[in-house]
Amino acid sequence: MYAQMVKTDGTGVKDRAEMSADEQAFQDRIDRGEKIEPKDWMPDNYRRTLIRQIGQHAHSEIVGQLPEGNWITRAPTLERKAILLAKVQDEAGHGLYLYGAAETLGVTRDALTEDLLAGRMKYSSIFNYPTLNWADMGAVGWLVDGAAIINQVALQRTSYGPYARAMVRICKEESFHARQGFHIMMKMARGTKEQKAMAQDALNRLWYPVLMMFGPSDKDSVHTAQSMAWKIKMDTNDELRQKFVDQTVQQIEYLGLELPDPNTKWNDETGQYDYSDPDWTEFFDVIKGNGPCNVDRLAARNKAWDDGKWVRDGLMAHAAKKTAAKLAAE
Amino acid sequence: MKNEWPLWEVFIRGQHGLSHRHFGSLHAPDAEMAIKNARDVYTRRNEGVSIWVVEAVNVSASSPEDKGAFYEPSNSKVYRHPTFFDIPDEVGSM
Amino acid sequence: MDKDLFQYLLRLGDNTLVLGHRVSEWCGHAPVLEEDIALANTALDLIGQTQLWLGLAAEVEGAGRDADKLAMLRDIWGFRNLLLVELPNGDFGRTLMRQFLFDAWQVINLGRLMKSSDPRVAEIAAKASKEAAYHVERSADTVVGLGDGTAESHARMQAALEYLWPYVGEMFVGDDVDAALVAAGVVPDPASLREEYDAFVGRIFATATLEMPESRFTHKGGKNGAFHTEHLGHMLCSMQWLQRAYPGASW
Repeated sequence: MYAQMVKTDGTGVKDRAEMSADEQAFQDRIDRGEKIEPKDWMPDNYRRTLIRQIGQHAHSEIVGQLPEGNWITRAPTLERKAILLAKVQDEAGHGLYLYGAAETLGVTRDALTEDLLAGRMKYSSIFNYPTLNWADMGAVGWLVDGAAIINQVALQRTSYGPYARAMVRICKEESFHARQGFHIMMKMARGTKEQKAMAQDALNRLWYPVLMMFGPSDKDSVHTAQSMAWKIKMDTNDELRQKFVDQTVQQIEYLGLELPDPNTKWNDETGQYDYSDPDWTEFFDVIKGNGPCNVDRLAARNKAWDDGKWVRDGLMAHAAKKTAAKLAAE
Repeated sequence: MKNEWPLWEVFIRGQHGLSHRHFGSLHAPDAEMAIKNARDVYTRRNEGVSIWVVEAVNVSASSPEDKGAFYEPSNSKVYRHPTFFDIPDEVGSM
Repeated sequence: MDKDLFQYLLRLGDNTLVLGHRVSEWCGHAPVLEEDIALANTALDLIGQTQLWLGLAAEVEGAGRDADKLAMLRDIWGFRNLLLVELPNGDFGRTLMRQFLFDAWQVINLGRLMKSSDPRVAEIAAKASKEAAYHVERSADTVVGLGDGTAESHARMQAALEYLWPYVGEMFVGDDVDAALVAAGVVPDPASLREEYDAFVGRIFATATLEMPESRFTHKGGKNGAFHTEHLGHMLCSMQWLQRAYPGASW
């Protein structure tokens, strides 16, 4: 997901007997479905975990601009260019909303940005994969945004108010992203021989990286239980992944493309699709910084930030001069 | 040198006649730029007709501990709500 | 007359096409998130205007082309944009200075085009002028903020202005295409816009503590297609690649 393997400091759920009175009251509020707001009392660990999770989510949106931004100047028609640009712009907006939510927890956006740029904070593994042909713009919208939406729709009910409200806004805007992606895929899958080949290539390349977005298998996810108790994670990794596979297989068949995983089969007993696990060694390599694009992605973000410093400082200095002049005039 | 643009809270009036509503926050060097940034960030889908910005440090808020004292007294004043009053159907809508 | 109008519409449409493309190159790379989003809005407005101007150009031409065919399937000699807009982005300061120099002209020119004797032109100009009015407000603010910011930002903006200034004059050079349309009341005389332009940008530069170059020398060859810069060809390589590599495909 856009936030993968978010650490909760402890291991497993804190037992009620070990909780302080404040912690018990806090957990009771969450269990009653109340929202936690910025000035409310909250356990330090809840605050730290949320900063990590929302920060990682925000970073994913910002780094996520790059693989799609890679095709803005090569979009095949004026309309496709406008749609893609509007979509990548939305991602900047979503990053902005999420940083705003994180800032209510007492951290600044610049501090989070510096953590990203120094490699101290992560972003979703998916954005370390390249976009190589135009159908990738379809596949990213359809599959990557499609996978993200499954998680984000659930997160609209998360316990932290500002995060939940950001998710509501994001989900509302996001609804066009997956649809425009699928629309590109339909055009490609029904287009020329070359276009169909592009569509299949994009699907094959992105399938397993998209499955990895949901994070490691539940049995390897030590932090899930505490995050779920706090309602900052609403479903387990495997539940979300299964939901994604179940809805996507039919869409692949509708497009008339081949399933990238030959082991994908409907299972009458479980009432869901069986599928092959992604290569988790590759996933951990990407997380550690060894994905195909990790170095380029961080370098691009660092360059934008470093090159932009004089602009941020210049406009700030001008604002200070204006304020000083106004005060002097009074 | 740390030189972060200040944080601004953004309030937008969606349609004529409705109050400004808190939309979110953003960063800007000053109020004028904050309004322009709000226009670009928060009204991409025709959401607004009027924008207010307030620098976040200037927002004073009630504290959560006051919650009971602040808001519970109004719970007992049910007569402020129109549904408190039974009006016979034959009177028509009121 | 239609031939002249076609040329003039290409000029308008190519300006916004090429500048919109340049601005879109910033997406994901701007100095701060708010600017990233604002630049994308500008680029989107420009692409939208391109669809209208080139759409009308294709209609006037009557040769079965549409806006996309005009954008994606003409070679460099067919382009009629000002040289100013095809120049590479450079740093953020140069991009914003170029934007301001263009916006200032665009807003004046569109104001006149709103009174065009051709209602189709007047209608598009009316829509575009609202967008241009916001663009120039924003780009002027940024030019002022950075010109009168730090010593570094001031130096960068002054350098950007000096680099771009020799491309400004082309906006005001008229030719036979203009003359025919001016006579018919379709478009304003390009030279007639200069005084208002100079007064406006001069005012902004004064507030920005930037020195307006005195030279009136101008590079030209963009709006009549005679002499583009080398930069445009590289841009077309990216922009037109898919349409060129896979002719006839539908996207």
